[in-house]
Order: sequence, then structure tokens, then C-alpha cells
Amino acid sequence: MPEPPSLIGASPLRKEGRAKVLGAARYIDDIELPGMWHGATVRSTIARGRIRSITFSDEIDWSEYAIVRPSDIPGENVIVHLIKDHPCLADGFVNHPEEPILLIAHPSKAALLRAKAAIRIEYDPLPGVFTIEESEAAVESGDAERIMWEPNEAAGSATFGSANCFRQYQLYSGEAKETEAGLAKAFEEAAFIVEGEYSTGAQEQLYIENNGVIAECFRDEHGNIESLCVQGSMQCPYYLVHALTVVFNLPEDKCRVIQVETGGAFGGKEDFPSVIGSHAALLAMKCGHPVKIVYDRAEDMAGTTKRHPSRTRHRTALSKDGMLLGAEIEVALDGGAYTTLSPTVLSRATLHAPGPYRWPFLRVRSKAMATNIPPHGAFRGFGAPQALFGIERHMDRVAKVVGLTPEELRRRNFLRTGDVTVTGQKLHEAFDMNAMLTRVLKEHGYHEKLARFAEENKTSPIKRGVGFAAFLHGAGFTGSGERRLNSEVVLRVDKATAGQPARVCVLVSSTEFGQGTNTILSQVAAHTLGIAYDDVYLAKIDTAVVPNSGPTVASRTAMIVGKLVERASLKLLETLRTYSALPETCDRDTFFAATERYFAEHETLRTSVRYEPQAPVFWDDQLYRGEAYPGFAWAIYVAEVAVDMNTYQATCTRFDALQEVGRVLHPVLAKGQIEGGVAQGIGYAIYERCEWKEGRMMNNQMTNYIMPTSADLPEIHVHFEEVPSVHGPGGAKGIGELPMDGPGPAILNAIENATGVSFHSIPLLPEDIFERFTSLGHLHGGSEDIDATVDRDTEVEAPEVTV
Amino acid sequence: MRSDVTQYELTAPTTLAAVLAQLAAEPGKHTPIAGGTELMVALGVGRLAAKSLLSINHLKELRFIRVDDDAIHIGAGTTFTDIRRNADIARDLPLLASSASWTGSVANQNRGTLGGNICNASPAADTPPALLAYGATVTLISTNGTRTVPYTEFHLGYKRTALRPDELLHTITVPRTFAGWKQHIRKVGTRNAQAISKTALACLAKLDGETIAEIRIGAASLADRPLRCTGIEAALTGLSIAKADLEATVRAGRAALAFEAKPIDDIRSTGRYRSIVAANLLEEFLRSLVL
Amino acid sequence: MSTIQITINGTSQSLDVPPMKRLLDVLREDAHLTGTKEGCGEGECGACAVLMNGELVNSCLVPALHADGASVCTIEGVAPSAAAEGEPAHLHPIQQCFFENGGAQCGICTPGMILATHHLLDKYPNPTLEQIKEGLAGNLCRCTGYMRIFESVQKAAQALTTIST
Repeated sequence: MPEPPSLIGASPLRKEGRAKVLGAARYIDDIELPGMWHGATVRSTIARGRIRSITFSDEIDWSEYAIVRPSDIPGENVIVHLIKDHPCLADGFVNHPEEPILLIAHPSKAALLRAKAAIRIEYDPLPGVFTIEESEAAVESGDAERIMWEPNEAAGSATFGSANCFRQYQLYSGEAKETEAGLAKAFEEAAFIVEGEYSTGAQEQLYIENNGVIAECFRDEHGNIESLCVQGSMQCPYYLVHALTVVFNLPEDKCRVIQVETGGAFGGKEDFPSVIGSHAALLAMKCGHPVKIVYDRAEDMAGTTKRHPSRTRHRTALSKDGMLLGAEIEVALDGGAYTTLSPTVLSRATLHAPGPYRWPFLRVRSKAMATNIPPHGAFRGFGAPQALFGIERHMDRVAKVVGLTPEELRRRNFLRTGDVTVTGQKLHEAFDMNAMLTRVLKEHGYHEKLARFAEENKTSPIKRGVGFAAFLHGAGFTGSGERRLNSEVVLRVDKATAGQPARVCVLVSSTEFGQGTNTILSQVAAHTLGIAYDDVYLAKIDTAVVPNSGPTVASRTAMIVGKLVERASLKLLETLRTYSALPETCDRDTFFAATERYFAEHETLRTSVRYEPQAPVFWDDQLYRGEAYPGFAWAIYVAEVAVDMNTYQATCTRFDALQEVGRVLHPVLAKGQIEGGVAQGIGYAIYERCEWKEGRMMNNQMTNYIMPTSADLPEIHVHFEEVPSVHGPGGAKGIGELPMDGPGPAILNAIENATGVSFHSIPLLPEDIFERFTSLGHLHGGSEDIDATVDRDTEVEAPEVTV
Repeated sequence: MRSDVTQYELTAPTTLAAVLAQLAAEPGKHTPIAGGTELMVALGVGRLAAKSLLSINHLKELRFIRVDDDAIHIGAGTTFTDIRRNADIARDLPLLASSASWTGSVANQNRGTLGGNICNASPAADTPPALLAYGATVTLISTNGTRTVPYTEFHLGYKRTALRPDELLHTITVPRTFAGWKQHIRKVGTRNAQAISKTALACLAKLDGETIAEIRIGAASLADRPLRCTGIEAALTGLSIAKADLEATVRAGRAALAFEAKPIDDIRSTGRYRSIVAANLLEEFLRSLVL
Repeated sequence: MSTIQITINGTSQSLDVPPMKRLLDVLREDAHLTGTKEGCGEGECGACAVLMNGELVNSCLVPALHADGASVCTIEGVAPSAAAEGEPAHLHPIQQCFFENGGAQCGICTPGMILATHHLLDKYPNPTLEQIKEGLAGNLCRCTGYMRIFESVQKAAQALTTIST
């Protein structure tokens, strides 16, 4: 019997794709429930202050409306993420613009507009802090007025936070004292010491479908709240279940959450649905009707989370021949007004800050600062793009100082198979950054372009350049996170019925929002069971039905959940072998024949598995050491840019993305993931800026928040290397976040190559390039003369070269 | 959607005469709406002050492109798509064709009109720089008849125009006398498509040997209104682009632009950037004259 | 209220609506066709794009009265047998190519993108990459980086040319 073609590495049609191209897929705003009302949020107009009064105008008949105030909340007035400092509704005090204060509902959307205009809120404003620096300054100067956040025992932050600081970490490459001593010696003996500071801005996820939910509240015959059901656009239904249990003081099984078709998320629907979901449920409780809240674009952009802005400082010691001897790295994130997910974002930033390099001695200090800005949250990459921007821009600066090419400096210092990372994790699985670098530079034509552009740039008003970034991205939750999650996956075989042959159903809480969850998990199950792709489907994501396979975040779905599906499939085969005489080598027919035999004696056929590490994974949260991630994907991205000296606009003109991802499960989807991530990364680097004023996003419209159109992006060439990993199904590792990491530093490195001027902040817009050229005194560009011993950007002097 | 649409009225009188009669009967009460690509945005964000709208979208009398010996006459209701598809405009008025091609997206070009772009009177609008440089005239119509004014006299200030409450913009007339002129237009927007201008410059020059005999420049986002840069024109007229003189001519042009431009800082860019980039665009044009 | 006569996907109907109601809302609320999506409400993202009298328009910027007497094609009307009840048996070649080539990820921009492609291929049956980029520049997609979409459009152009020859 010929072997059926492998489903792993094939590109079967996207499971829900047909409904999507027909316009038949139903998103939350496409759903109406009988008797449904609409909800709206009344928000603060100031960044920080006391609420002095709330007045409801007489012109409105308020009896038509449901109004929810903090006092209406049956449980705790808290949106729980990691701790409990984030109020569901501001109670007497606001900490950021657009903070929810009241909720209102009415059968008519237009009536909500009138009502919102008729509610007047007066404040006693207090001074706010709006940047990392302002937040730090308040602490350093002891300005109690501007301490806007304090650790609090009740909230659960007392152990980790300090004034204006949600969380801090210290990562040492070895035992703390020994590392400090090693660092001291490294800097003393260094031939070169190079310092640099790098910063990144906030970024809007800009899913094309705004946040939205519909909530229902059910009561028993005594009028007591019996249960809730919230459906909506989201990544992590069990996060919302958890949030509802706290707001309503209900057990988990009374808080049912259903994910409907979700029009993009990128992290923006990871933590935020806990807010809008709780709000809609409160209104449903109050009015006795189902309540829909769907934000419009302006509300979504102004009121919901963004990527954390960051500042990274590097101080690096090198030997004469460009070997890294040691480094001190400081990472600071702007967390916004409440803790939300900042500690975990910070953790990922901390762990990615050293990049893919060997560090004999290294210390990373990191912190997440509080500001009076709407809380920043999850966004694809989750701290890694910020930290990797720092190290990969810094490596180009280091190369210049040391007198090596960016390529040669990295080649000398790359991590290799068998090395131990700074957290003490041994890299057992094979990878080869040097070979990858050789390959991708060749694919891109890097060396030829370096030479050609240098010549052409002498006379052309368009300066061209090339640059690259090398990086790694940890797949799955950080450290012991996967153990804590204890994710579960269930497989169920559905008996054949009159209209439907027998099928296998995968039950997970892992959501589809465009990345291809439905498709790849079906592929893994079908492949492992030896049945057809069409024999497998995913259960609708309803927490009353599906187990908790963990949140759909952190590049964990393909690798971690995929592995669980693979193991559940193997377990199902084992069951059928034990009870139904399934032959050792089986195919589709023998599989379903065996299930029929099984059903002759049993009512149901299902298997369940829970997470087990596939290799020793040990992490010490206290020492911040051990296996930081189950697996890493490795990548090198190359960008070609053109900088127009008349308009100061940098454009990316070609992009090559090479990554080692274990195994490509679905080539079409995988390419789409990488290309889409690169596009977001290009936006992050040179187009997308959030304009803030007193903590409020001022450009909260698609017309003035500039994401790239089809006319702005270059050809994106995607290349894969595959070295199967034990951690994922068929050897696959996670790729979802990875493509966000490389474009920023690769593009800025290319801009330095093109113009001779080095930039250290993204987003880098034409106005920034213009101002920098003006300050350097050459309006039409030219080349920046670099004195190897002076850093003209930070004015920090490197020590004399000691030979 | 931040407006209650039940609070708005929209009617569509069947003829131009009927529209004009209504405008005359209740001056200032009704706002004409053509393609809706500006007013419907205002409605969506809850900032459409006018409660009564009068549709001129369907009026065939306003949608035409007529060519005679001296000029091309374009009806105010002509869409950007109509302009892009017209061979006469492509041949005789390439700057207008280019500016229509980068106004919004295809979907917006199918709806948006030249008259709307002019009457909305944004300083950043795409077609005014070309129309100013070409020395267009505009014909305004009301029940009292028509009047034709130079387009340079139409924009009076920020979002203020010479249009009276009872008047409609009827025709934009552009001379076809630019054969042999050097023509150049460039927009600097926030991105390559679907972008609002940070600045734009439309330039025309007639050379007499190596001397600039005549030069006309229209600009976007350099002032509170679309700007015909007469100061720069005066400074450059009669100057030489001969090799020995070119640098001085470029300097004179840049200096005149720096003096004439009064751009602002806003959410899209800075005044400094706009000034210098516009000067760079001017320089780019002047240098191109030599080739 | 105005009474408008509108042909949607081949079916003529008379609707009583406020004249300034957005065509987008007329389609979604009055005609109960929710395939047309709202992304930005300001004509910037193209998620609400439909064909009106054969021309691509952003339905969030069209007042209902402007659709009086018009023929509108929404995503529900693209597949050949869509006028009949139930799910169409065959996808239109553009839909099929988006489906097969990764042109749809989260799917929220897909209806507008497919109608923009329809309009583009009507104008340019064999579009260059530049024409595709320009033709779709009013349709924002946050998932794909557009590369799979360009491929879908090129494949659709080939498929349609093959059918018509």
C-alpha cells in the first residue's frame, strides 16, 4: 500500500476560508440576539484626577437607559490580569485618558449618542507622568504628587513593585557575585567599550475588526444572577472567564465564553476582551437584555492597548579582535496606568535583550514604569521586538567602533549548538546562525549591493543601503509558564450519522484569528491519525464545551498545542489498538472501521492529554535562571532601503526573511504569517507613530495613524530552514511573533548604511531624518564622519584603544 | 457612527435650476453634497454641522469635460476617475491628471468630485496646486446668473472661499496653452497611497533659451489655503539657469519660498519640514530645467 | 424617511430609510447582508467596499439616497449562484483564488478586497503588479502584508482570462 502524502508540510485549504471569501463568516457585529440592547462607555476626558461630580442632564429620560456605576458591580471592581490593580470602572479617581467611568445601554444606538452628550463629569485634575523619563523623575525627585502608582498588598503587587514601577527583573549570566566580578574585570580589560541608547514607540495593533462582544446575563426564579454568557472577538476565552468570575463573584462554570470569528487580533484581543466583556456583562445584568458593545475605530484606538514603548541602554566590553567580553543592559518599558500584562512583557524583553550571542558575563536590569496613559498590552512579539531592536542596532554600532563589518562581528559572537545561554539553558537542538547568515545574504544579493550602492550613492539624490538583523525568538510561555498553564486538549470521535460520515473533532480553546489555528491543528491530528484533512474539524470555541488549552498567544499554538494534539492523536490510536484491534499500520479505512468497533461497545470515544515538557524544562523564578523557553526559532532578516534626500522619506525596497522554525506545517500559511509580520514590522520601523498629548492618542483614526498600504511595501521574500524540534508536532516551532522582531533593526541598519547617519529610535519618520540631518548641518545628507572613540549621539567617550 | 442620521435631511432636486432655487430661497440653510467623500466622513465622526443637505451628485449638468481651442472646461461634478480617464486632460494638463490619480483610493476617486475638492477648501487638497499653476478660472452659478473669477481669488482663508451661500461651483476652466512648457508636480504624503499631503508643489516654466521667461507655482499645505506662489514666481522670472547662474537661481528660489511659505505644525508633519521639503521640490524642478 | 429603490445582487427592493443613512448600514441592517464590513467608517480602509453601478465605492461614504435607483453588488452577490437560496455551489474564480493562495487570513478585509479585485480585473484583465498595488491601495489588510493577496489576484486574472478565451 503506498504511503499517503504527508499532511505536514502540505497546504490544505484553510478550514474557515470558504466562509470568509463568501462573506458568510459571522463576526460579532454581524450577530443580533432577540431583544438586544447596545452598550456604550463613558470615559474620562483627563489623564489623572479626582472625579468631583457626575451630572445627568434633565433633557434625557434616563428611565429608558440602563446605567452601570462602580457600586453596581456584584463582585470586585477589578479587571484581573496578573494582579488586581486595574479597576473595571474608575471609582472616584481616574489614572488615564479614556478610562471607563460609567456604562450605559439602550435599545437604540442613536439614543446612546444623545445620552453620552448629556452626562457631565467634573474633575479635580492632578499632574500626570507621560513618559518613562517623567515617571522615573517623579521617583528620583521624590515628587509625591507625581507618584501615580504604588505597590499594594490587596492588589498582589507588594512583593514585586515599587513606586511608579510595576515590576523589575535582574538577569545574570551566572551566579550574581561572580558575574559582577567578571563584568568588572571585562570592562577593565576591554579594548573597546561601546555604549548606546535605543528607543521604540507605542504601536497600535490595528486589527481591521474593532473590539466587540455580546453579553447575556441569566437569573434564577428568585432573580439572582445564575450565569453569564459572553461571545465576542477574542484570543483567550478563558482569560475572560477568569475576569468575569472576579467581577461577578461567580464560579468558573457559570461564566461561559464563546469566541466568534475574529477579524485580526495581534495581541490586541488578548487582555482587552476582559475589559469590554466585563462591561457588556454588567450592562446585561442591569438591563435584563443581551447587550452588544462594539467600539468604533476612534474609541478602539484611543481607549485600548498598544505595544509598550521602550528604552534600552547597552554598555558592552569587547576584546581587540571583536569578541564580546561582557555587557550591562538596562531595559525600561512604559506600562501605562495599570499593571495588566506588563510583568510578562517585561520578562520576554529581558530574556531577548542579549540577542543570539555568547556573553561570558552579562547583566540585564529591567523595569516596567507606570504612566498616565491607557495601559499598554499585548502585541505580537510581546517585549521581544523592543529588546531586539536595542541589541541589533547596538551590534552595528559596536562593529563600527571595533572596525569590523556588522557581518564579521556577529559571526565571531553567534551562539552555537551546544552553547549555554545567559540563563543557563543548554542549546541541545541544532542550529547554525553562520550558515543562515551566509544563505540569506546571498539570497538578498547583500554584498553586491553594498559595493554598488556605495558607488551610486555618491551622485544619486536617492541613497540606497542594506542592513540586517539576527535574532532568536522563544516559543511558548516563558520559563515555567507552560507547566503552570497545564494545558489540556481533547480529541473526540463523532459517530457517523445519516448525513455525516464519522469525523474527528479537536477540542481546544486555541482560537483562530487569521493565523491558521483551525487548519494546522486539523493537519496535525489528521496526519498523526493517518486520516484525511477533511475528516477532522475543530469544535466551536465555547468554554462550556472545550477544555482550556491555554491562551492563543506567545507563538505557542503550533508548537505547544500542536504537540498536545499530536499526543492526543497517538493516545487515540493506542486506545483503538487496545480495545478495537486497530492494526499497527493503519490507514483511513482501518481507522474508522476500528472506531465503529469501538462504538459497538462504548457510547463515546475521546482522549485527553495535558502538557508535559518534551525535554527537561526547569526555570527558577527567584534566580531568574534555567530553561527560558521550551524552544527557540532563529532568524536573520535583511532589508534594502532607499532614502530620498529631497523628502527624507526612507522606504523599504526589498526584504528577505530567513528563519529556522523546526518544521513548516503549512507553507502557504507560514509564508503569510511571516509576510504579514514583516509588514507590521516595517510599519513599526518607518510609518506608524502614536501621537500623544497628555496621555491621549491624538491620531486615533486610520487617516492619520499611518499603516502601510499595498503601495508602500516591498517584495518580501520568505525563506525557511527546518531542523525538527522535539517540542512541536512534526518538529514544528512557533513562528507567530518572530517576524515582528527583525524589520525594525534591519531597516535602521540599512538606513545607516545608506546615509552614513545612525538612528536609534523607531518609528523613524521623514521629519526625524530631516531634523537629524539639519542638526548635523547637511540638509542634503552626506556622510557622518565617525570617530571611533566618540559616540556623537550620546557623547559618551569610549576608552582609548589599549593594545 | 457618531451621528444620528435621523436628524439629517437630504433631498435631491431633479435639476440644477431647482437646486439653485432652493439655495436662493433659503440661503445658508442647505449644504450641497456631491460625492460625499468629505461630508460623509464628517457625519461618521459626529462633526457634520449642516443638518440639511442638497444632493448635486446626480446632476448631469455638472458632470462634463468639454474641450475647445483655448481651454478644457470641467464640470464641478466631474469625478477624479472621469479626469483620470480623459485623454485630453492627460495630454494637455498632465499635472491635473497626476493629482487626480493620487487623490484617495480608487473607491474614493469614483465618488469624489473636482468641485468638491475645491469647495471643501482644504489647504492640503490634491488638485488645487495644479489648477493654481495652470491659471484656472472658476465659474460660479446662482439664480442671479453666473460669474467667472480667477481661481487664485477663490480661496480667501482657512476653509473660506468666495462662494456665496446661494452659489454653486459650476465649471473649472483650464487654459490649454502649456505646450512647450516644462511641467512638474510632486506630492509628499504620509505614504504612497491613501495619503493626505504634507506638502505638494505643481510647477510650470517657460524657458527662453536659458532664461526663465515665465514660471507658475501652486502649492499645498504651505499656507492656510491652497497657495499660488506669486512671490517665488516674481523672484525667479527672468533668472538664468545657465550653468554659471544655476546655483544663484536655486538660492533665490529657495529664499523666496522660505519667505512666502507659512506652513503649520500639525498631526501629519511640522512647519519646518514642510518649508524645507517644498524648497527641495522647487530645487528639484529648477535643476530639471537644465536637462 | 425616504423610499429608495435599490437592486442588491440582482434583486430589486424598495426600502424606507433615512436619506443620510450610510449605504453600509442599509446593506447590513435593512437588507440583512452582513458580508460588507465596517473597518474605519471614514473611507480609509475599504472593508465596506461594494460595487455600485459597476464602480467600486466605500459604502460608509454613500448616503442611502445616492443609492436610489442603483444596482449594488456586495460580497454575497459575487459567487455565481448567490441569488438562489442557501450557500452557492461554486466560488467565483476570484474567491477561489483568494481561498487557495492564502489571500484571506482573518477575513475581515476580504469582502472589500475581493470587490476591489473584481473592479480592478474589469479594468485590467491582465494587471501588472503596479496596477494591482494601486488598485488595492484603498483596501487595508493588517494580516497578510499583501503578498498572498497579490498572488491571489494574479492567479484570478489568469483563471478569468482562461475562462473568457
